[in-house]
Amino acid sequence: MKIIVCIKQVPARDSLLRIDPAASWIQEAGLNYEINEPDTYALEEGLRLKEKHGGETVVLSAGPARAGQAIREALAKGADRAIHVECDNLNALSPLEAGKLMAGAIAPESPDLVLTGLQSDDAGYGQTGVILAELLGLPHATLAIEIEAREGALRVKRELEGGWFQYVEMPLPALATVQSGINRPRYATLMGIKRAKNKEVRHVPAVPAPGAPGFQVTRVYLPERGKQTQLLDGNPREAAARLVEKLRFEARVL
Amino acid sequence: MSVLAILEQREGQWNQASFETLAAAQQLGAELGRAARVAVAGRGVGTLAAELGGYSLERVYSVDHELLAEYTPDGYSLALRQLIAAVDPWLVLFPHTYQTRDFGPKLATALGTAMISDVIAHRLDGGELTLVRQLFQGKINADIRLSGNGPHLASLQAGAYRATSARRGQAPVETVTVELGAGQIRTRPQKPFRESGRVVDLTSAERIVAVGRGIKEAENLALVRKLAEALGAELAASRPICDNGWLPMDRQVGSSGQTVAPKLYVAVGISGAIQHLVGMKGSKTIVAINRDPEAPVFEVADYGIVGDLFQVVPALVEELQKPGQALSGQP
Repeated sequence: MKIIVCIKQVPARDSLLRIDPAASWIQEAGLNYEINEPDTYALEEGLRLKEKHGGETVVLSAGPARAGQAIREALAKGADRAIHVECDNLNALSPLEAGKLMAGAIAPESPDLVLTGLQSDDAGYGQTGVILAELLGLPHATLAIEIEAREGALRVKRELEGGWFQYVEMPLPALATVQSGINRPRYATLMGIKRAKNKEVRHVPAVPAPGAPGFQVTRVYLPERGKQTQLLDGNPREAAARLVEKLRFEARVL
Repeated sequence: MSVLAILEQREGQWNQASFETLAAAQQLGAELGRAARVAVAGRGVGTLAAELGGYSLERVYSVDHELLAEYTPDGYSLALRQLIAAVDPWLVLFPHTYQTRDFGPKLATALGTAMISDVIAHRLDGGELTLVRQLFQGKINADIRLSGNGPHLASLQAGAYRATSARRGQAPVETVTVELGAGQIRTRPQKPFRESGRVVDLTSAERIVAVGRGIKEAENLALVRKLAEALGAELAASRPICDNGWLPMDRQVGSSGQTVAPKLYVAVGISGAIQHLVGMKGSKTIVAINRDPEAPVFEVADYGIVGDLFQVVPALVEELQKPGQALSGQP
């Protein structure tokens, strides 16, 4: 079974974010980066399916040179090889434009299964997987919390809203977007990190697809506070005392 | 060219977010000087379409087909593509539900465009429409200007528009015939089900203490348990805590967990990703304890303490346990 897992490199979760002077994106200089957390679940699922069924797990990432770090981490965790779609302005692209770049690199691989995370923690469109499925002509299921492959078919347990679930079956090749919590992602071992150095990374230059995106991000900014939060100052003891007083006598909820 | 809202139903029951989308279509239509229309798709949706006929809309479309009885991304995408070709709308609105997330981007791709997902507001600048959506889990906003003739597709975040502002009136209902073949639908869905017996019903709790990633380790949960006990509150969590198996899934608050509105909601170490906020922002009094003053949770909090939860929470427990601080009426 040939499995392609798409991962994105995003700013580390606890990053202090600042807007760039052009108000077009965040200031990237000085930030630490990591694999988009929802994608770590997709990667783990891709590795487990390969361990069960044999074949290979190929990791694909679109992004600038720094994304190479995320790729090396995925290889260290056990991916067999990687495809780096080199793209310096990924965040300026619409989800469709980004999807076209990735689909162009995936199609010649003819994978049996493509996995993506549910959404990215930066732009957060939550669309890449479904767009790829359409571009590659694959059936898909989103919000997978269980994936089983057997005899040319994929059986996925999907999470619906409000505590509902659903099983969906489809023929392979197919695509699934993975919900967080489906598994416990592994850490890279020292041996894995060593082995990763000799694994193949294919570099694919991004060729922008023609056609107007239909919309444009004109400005990014910090949201204005809609609600006035009463911030309780002082050392922890003082702040705690003030809060309890407020809850008892102002909000009257104690 | 109209503003068209695609509403969501399952087995004849509306998804309540549908009426927020209907209200948004009315509002945007009025502001843009375009006709507001709505559509509902499924099998045997005539009754639902008739219900929509009681709203102030230029037209209601009923997209009925045997193969739409169960939701599939292939079926919905193919059917709605034909509807959009027939109606030729300028803007198509969807509720930002799990179902929209499943077929919306596919439909948009098939139409050669990208969906603007999870929109929280709109604005008109000199007659030009700008949509606002969030980046970085709600820490940053982005303005998006639509260009070209459309159709543009956008999904609306739950709560961004008010269902109660939907205007009543009268609208003609038109049945749209679509061509679908069984061979075009590649996924075979089974009947949705609920896991046996949800043990914890957070929705009836008067007070909730919810914990997020800020707690760092499972061992540290004892700290917030003590706070919950001191407040007579149920313990809840944001998704990552349940994903890690630190607390069972039925203690999760948010879009994939329970939606709660207690008298008191204390968010400890929760940054406030939108998926969590939609599940608790209806709470009467919200307290946030977080070390990041920019955390989106402060957007919804009535009271906040910016600080280290490992110091603040024990201090709070101590304060609550002081003599004379006894709670009135434990839940």
